[in-house]
Amino acid sequence: MNYFPEEVIEHVFNFIASHRDRNSISLVCKSWHKIERFCRKKVFIGNCYAINPERLIRRFPCLKSLTLKGKPHFADFNLVPYEWGGFVHPWIEALSSSHVGLEELRLKRMVVTDESLDLLSRSFPNFKSLVLVSCEGFTTDGLASIASNCRHLRELDLQENEIDDHRGQWLNCFPDSCTTLTSLNFACLKGETNVAALERLVARSPNLKTLKLNRAVPLDALARLMSCAPQLVDLGVGSYENEPDPESFRKLMAAIQKCSSLRSLSGFLEAAPLCLPAFYPVCQNLISLNLSYAAEIRGNHLIKLIQLCKRLQRLWILDSIGDKGLVVVAATCKELQELRVFPSDLHGEEDNNNAAVTEVGLVAISAGCPKLHSILYFCKQMTNAALITVAKNCPNFIRFRLCILEPHKPDHITSQSLDEGFGAIVQACKGLRRLSVSGLLNDQVFLYIGMYAEELEMLSIAFAGETDKGMLYVLNGCKKLRKLEIRDSPFGNAALLADVHKYETMRSLWMSSCEVTLGGCKRLAQNSPRLNVEIINESESNRMERNEEDERDKVDKLYLYRTVVGTRKDAPPYVRIL
Amino acid sequence: MEKVGDYDELVNLKATELRLGLPGTEETVSCGKSNKRALPDDDTEKEIESTGKTETASPPKAQIVGWPPVRSYRRNSIQTKKNESEGQGNYVKVSMDGAPYLRKIDLTVYKKYPELMKSLENMFKFSVGEYFEREGYKGSDFVPTYEDKDGDWMLVGDVPWEMFVSSCKRLRIMKGSEVKGLGCGV
Repeated sequence: MNYFPEEVIEHVFNFIASHRDRNSISLVCKSWHKIERFCRKKVFIGNCYAINPERLIRRFPCLKSLTLKGKPHFADFNLVPYEWGGFVHPWIEALSSSHVGLEELRLKRMVVTDESLDLLSRSFPNFKSLVLVSCEGFTTDGLASIASNCRHLRELDLQENEIDDHRGQWLNCFPDSCTTLTSLNFACLKGETNVAALERLVARSPNLKTLKLNRAVPLDALARLMSCAPQLVDLGVGSYENEPDPESFRKLMAAIQKCSSLRSLSGFLEAAPLCLPAFYPVCQNLISLNLSYAAEIRGNHLIKLIQLCKRLQRLWILDSIGDKGLVVVAATCKELQELRVFPSDLHGEEDNNNAAVTEVGLVAISAGCPKLHSILYFCKQMTNAALITVAKNCPNFIRFRLCILEPHKPDHITSQSLDEGFGAIVQACKGLRRLSVSGLLNDQVFLYIGMYAEELEMLSIAFAGETDKGMLYVLNGCKKLRKLEIRDSPFGNAALLADVHKYETMRSLWMSSCEVTLGGCKRLAQNSPRLNVEIINESESNRMERNEEDERDKVDKLYLYRTVVGTRKDAPPYVRIL
Repeated sequence: MEKVGDYDELVNLKATELRLGLPGTEETVSCGKSNKRALPDDDTEKEIESTGKTETASPPKAQIVGWPPVRSYRRNSIQTKKNESEGQGNYVKVSMDGAPYLRKIDLTVYKKYPELMKSLENMFKFSVGEYFEREGYKGSDFVPTYEDKDGDWMLVGDVPWEMFVSSCKRLRIMKGSEVKGLGCGV
């Protein structure tokens, strides 16, 4: 029963932005469901196969912004074959032939083609914002379409996509009348950039706040760009190698000094550390610093820079910073909330890599940065004692991802498993929403996770556990679990099949190189009409020839997810949907 | 596997080096930030380097797919940087004025300028004349130039070979009238 006219309720709803809250509102009663759906502007779809575009458009005809995620997370690590799926084209086609006035499209891990981008650019006159993260399948020709046709484009943000760079003149395709850009990020483009076109574009974009350049933009161009855009808030530096001549350096310094609004710095894709001092004047204002691609910035240059960044809230760095460097971070960056330490050496080739990080750095950070709530830490070794200390120092973690580079590596001092250490983390951090575990782990850690991690939504497990009990503890205990991804762990059918209904409360489950068999997956699929159970067996060309399949055969990769639209039709031949 | 090289220093170092490793495994010289590269001058070795990235000083670690969990974009960036610094194949485009399409060559295959010139001459069927320190190339309408890391077009041959290889982004063989301003009898 409504005590207010619909318009009033709708007005109130418009203050609610979070899609979770919106989802909750829509479940209150039929009338609220109806009001809510007509005023929802932003829709978030965490799995593009859970729903189809037609139903989306039917339910939310007034949508302006759509976020879609395609491939499962482990696709980032080459575990999902190319062409598995996640094609955006059907979505754009459907939206294009509807009356939806799309203004914003945000895609993650999807396959995007030039054709899709072209259709997108021509179908929505008010289109303002395109954000592509970890996508693939398109070239700079697609970008040219967007630039040419989207008259009101404000944001073009390309993050870590694999883009075929045709070295065309896509930057030239922005018409002279385009002056509305607020954000331009093309750091992931590998080819040359038409610097002159870029300069003209930046000069006529007075609202530009974010500019992230690619490798091809050299030092002197950077200085000119920054002089045209002193209002920049977020800058991604392209490259400057070799020592700059004094004149170029002076110009750069002068330009940077005018950028009093600069708060975020990234890039330095190819950087001679001697150019860093030009940035010293803005360091005191920085809240975000991403040097995770700047392999050349290390040692004293790096330390000096960090010591100036007293207001830093977010730091992404390479492990070449070393424990010593992290101690400096801990002493300097008291406002730090998020830290990511990436590995600079992926294959363990540089054995005497003194500069890598260990538990010492992690403990230092936890002790020095009271506001830390999010961490991604790649390291060579860890101890239970360190993790227990970290848990005591930082009970506020919402994201805790620890990756010990060597699988199954125990506590390097006691040689025990790391169950107790991670156990301490989940017990202390009551708000933990995301957890990645690594190192030598038995079932015990999962008992702890099931018992204590009440808010846990996403759990990543690799090379861990002993028996099915491990997985069961998690499935039974973590009531808010949405995404579970497991690789190379000894969990099998008993765990998989124990509570089939659990998976309908989750977005997805991934299991690869585990002990589940074809028979187990088939049984699971039989009892779950609202789940898509996909088996990915790429190397099974010989198996295709065999007509009888052995239900006892282990499954390489299992990916299951809840859906209201049944089996998808676009799966490649090596994906079998049960 | 015998490594026969011009670089006696390297050979001697190898002979006296103490390292842990299975016999027969070769290691790519770990260069860190220096510009020195291991120049494999024997095909078998190159094969190993290109197929087995795990040929290192320690017993080769089996490479697990998708581990460590680093996004492929980032992984490719690290690998590209490593390749560039270790000189594992530095392919640059070569254009020739008037030719319908470009070619690509691997600069790390050569050890000095005459080798590079010969290869270019064969590839494009021309002849480059003789190099003089002051006057540049004389005796031909063709002049080899390259674009360096600062984006400037330079005459090939002025700087030491190593410096050239590390700063050369692409090559262009200029021809005819354009050439007058650059290398010939300035």
